[in-house]
Amino acid sequence: MSISKLSPSPVDSAKPKINWARVDEADNFANTVKLYRQGKYDEDSFRRFRLQHGAYGTRMTSDYAMVRVKLPAGEIYPKQFETLSRLSEQYSIGSAHFSTRENIQLHWVVLEDVSEIFRSLAEVGLTSREACGNSVRNVMCSPLSGVCSDEKFDSTPYALATAKFFLRNPMAQSLPRKFKFNFTCCEKHGMVRMVDVGLIPEIQQINGSEQKGFKIFLGGGLGNRSFVGHQLEDFTPEEDLLYTSIAVMRIFDRLGDRKNLARNRMRYLVNDMGWEKFQNLVLKERAIVRATQSVVTKLKVDTTPDNITRPLKISDESGGPVPDGYARWLKTNTVKQKQSDYRSVFITLEAGDITSNQLNSMANLIREFSSEGKARTGFVQNVALRYVHEDDLVPLYSKLLETGLAKSGGLTMSAPVGCSGTTSCNLALTNSHRLAKEIQRKFLELKLDDDDDLTDSSIKISGCPNSCAQHGIATIGFFGGGGRLGKDMYPNYQMLLGGRFDADTTLGQTCLRVPAKRVIPVILKIIEMFKENKKSGDTLKSWIHRIVNDSEDSNIKSIGDIKKVLEPLVVPPSKDDDPDFYLDYGSDTSYHTKTGKGECAA
Amino acid sequence: MCCLTDSVKVTTDIDSLRSEIRDKSVRVIDVRREGDYKQDHIPNSVNLPLATLLSDDSPERVLKLVNSLGIDDETPVVVYDDTFGALASRVAWTLEWIGHSDVTLLETTYGNWKSLGLETDSLTPEISNKEHSLNLQSNILATSDYLESAKLRDDVILIDNRERLNYLEQHIPGAVSLPYRTLASNDGILRSKEDMKRLFDNRGIDGDSEIITYCGSVGTLSGLAYYALKSVGLSKTKLYVRSFKEWKNLAKPTEKQADASYWDLSAE
Repeated sequence: MSISKLSPSPVDSAKPKINWARVDEADNFANTVKLYRQGKYDEDSFRRFRLQHGAYGTRMTSDYAMVRVKLPAGEIYPKQFETLSRLSEQYSIGSAHFSTRENIQLHWVVLEDVSEIFRSLAEVGLTSREACGNSVRNVMCSPLSGVCSDEKFDSTPYALATAKFFLRNPMAQSLPRKFKFNFTCCEKHGMVRMVDVGLIPEIQQINGSEQKGFKIFLGGGLGNRSFVGHQLEDFTPEEDLLYTSIAVMRIFDRLGDRKNLARNRMRYLVNDMGWEKFQNLVLKERAIVRATQSVVTKLKVDTTPDNITRPLKISDESGGPVPDGYARWLKTNTVKQKQSDYRSVFITLEAGDITSNQLNSMANLIREFSSEGKARTGFVQNVALRYVHEDDLVPLYSKLLETGLAKSGGLTMSAPVGCSGTTSCNLALTNSHRLAKEIQRKFLELKLDDDDDLTDSSIKISGCPNSCAQHGIATIGFFGGGGRLGKDMYPNYQMLLGGRFDADTTLGQTCLRVPAKRVIPVILKIIEMFKENKKSGDTLKSWIHRIVNDSEDSNIKSIGDIKKVLEPLVVPPSKDDDPDFYLDYGSDTSYHTKTGKGECAA
Repeated sequence: MCCLTDSVKVTTDIDSLRSEIRDKSVRVIDVRREGDYKQDHIPNSVNLPLATLLSDDSPERVLKLVNSLGIDDETPVVVYDDTFGALASRVAWTLEWIGHSDVTLLETTYGNWKSLGLETDSLTPEISNKEHSLNLQSNILATSDYLESAKLRDDVILIDNRERLNYLEQHIPGAVSLPYRTLASNDGILRSKEDMKRLFDNRGIDGDSEIITYCGSVGTLSGLAYYALKSVGLSKTKLYVRSFKEWKNLAKPTEKQADASYWDLSAE
């Protein structure tokens, strides 16, 4: 008798609808690593192969990889959480990391073990294929799609169908550069103007009947140079979704710069060519695509509604005492759904980190509390547990407290985004990851998450000028660099103010350089200035936007005025006076900038 | 029974153990703490807490303990624990070291045994002393001196079985990281032979090399690795039983992963 036959296995009501995996890719990867180690594969071809399979390089070493597991539309099921928990213990460092693009990453994986991870992922239908490299990256969808009260319809099935269509599709294997799709529910909850293709669901009355479709935005993106996307046309009917996507990719494939990798995302092509010309090309190309398909090519959109069943409770936990902090958590971490009696609960993680124990708990929390039997990852390194019945919120909160997942402020400014920084990235100059955690801890200590004036603002921190943490669209954004006093170097950040990613998407304006150890005092000072000068109904966000748009009339009128107030705070002390100033967060050795080759452009 | 010609039987499956217990043809050792053992255990098993063994693991003392558990040269022994097989491995390895050849690990943990609803007992069996001979197997033990010189050879692979973060922080120069959790399957203390073979094969760990395993302090995690390697026929394996704790106490050189501050979750 084998043990597994005897073990009781939990019954999951919801099973993944789509199997993204192919187990033969594990063997293929293992064999290719062997050939590479034997010197039978050159560095460049191997790197391309590795990235195509979702294994990214690690800071200053070729022995380790980071495996980026794609979660198309952010969907993740209990068994998948359990597998990720086990994999993080076996092959990684006992924890995993949620990215800003609905991926989950395992870091510090021995290159030779990557194929073992693929094998286990395949058992639960997951893949990391095309999570890196010049391919269609994880197709994102708002974590509130399907439950948002402002949405025209649920775009999740379209996001999944798009992901399915392009995964392993020959047309998307060798693009000039990476290519990203973001679907959303509504203007407020998505990031459709900051991506190659952004889509908002839209309904139009055509000849008296309702026609589903999208507002499509093209050529946006954040990076060393960021651009806001352009709307292709008023309305794109759903049957044109695939043709439009193919047309855009074909143009990018044909005309995108394959030489200058530093500026060859599609947004540069759009910018160089000019929007109108690009728009015309897309519309013409789409007509060709539509007319020349040799077989009928269609997205397989599965709109079968999910089964919503409130999990049975074995014991009645309602009526118990309400734990401390519940009201604050309810206010700052949950959203009412359009379905009455249900809420979506956002679990915030420090800079996206989650331990293997917590990954395991997530599986149980879904089974116990989510009536849709799965979870959704979000845009800010977080996870949403949706379809939680109002009556189950107190018991859920108690469970979250037990597992260290009950941090409040998940939907506020006190949950900053931080990329992995010098913890593992080759390009990073500073430990943005740790700084994000320090800010979150400080904000929660000061109970700033509870401050209504700050909820709609955001803080995003990248460890270098590239925009993995999306600092350009933050109310207060930072990107890392090095500062110098005499011959002593210290970790430093460029601060940007006034970025936003809603219908009025704007990029932040540079304000001043702030040493790492002065970032927290500087943020607090900005909040203080705001409180002194705010008008009734103001939030930090609206106040800063008036300033960057030159329409503020109080004492602080411009970025320059803010800069003047902050300048005294950022003066570097001598190393003798304050040695800590010269250390980065999470490090006890002197700061120096050191980078390797990035792989975003490989 | 094992089917691969080059592999060695290192675990006993549940069914076989149950029938061997019925036949009284086996000595089962429970290495958990005395209190846990007294509460309940696999019927007819005897208790040898790992701490008791470690308090003095000289060959003479081990021999005395083995005799008192009614084990002679011919007695088949099966060892189990509730710590994913690591503590059982350390005890089994010690028996091998003093020259006992017929010792295996139960394929699963006691916790899993219980959750499967298999029989348990709280009685302590009556044991009469036996006489075991001493035939020290020095070839499965690595001392720090041995390790220091072996490390310089091309045909030696040194494996660190601690968790990856510990390894990144500090390790013996030249060691490769293979965390103990990698060796287990979902419900067994060791992967199936096929899975284990593939794992080692991918890592280039093969029969051409001598292998030395170590872990944090007393050779438990690395003891499990010793059996993992043995299970696929990699028998040229030695356990550096005093492990990293001794290495550091002796102020021997260590290495860390440079230029990275990795994740800092371990502190939480």
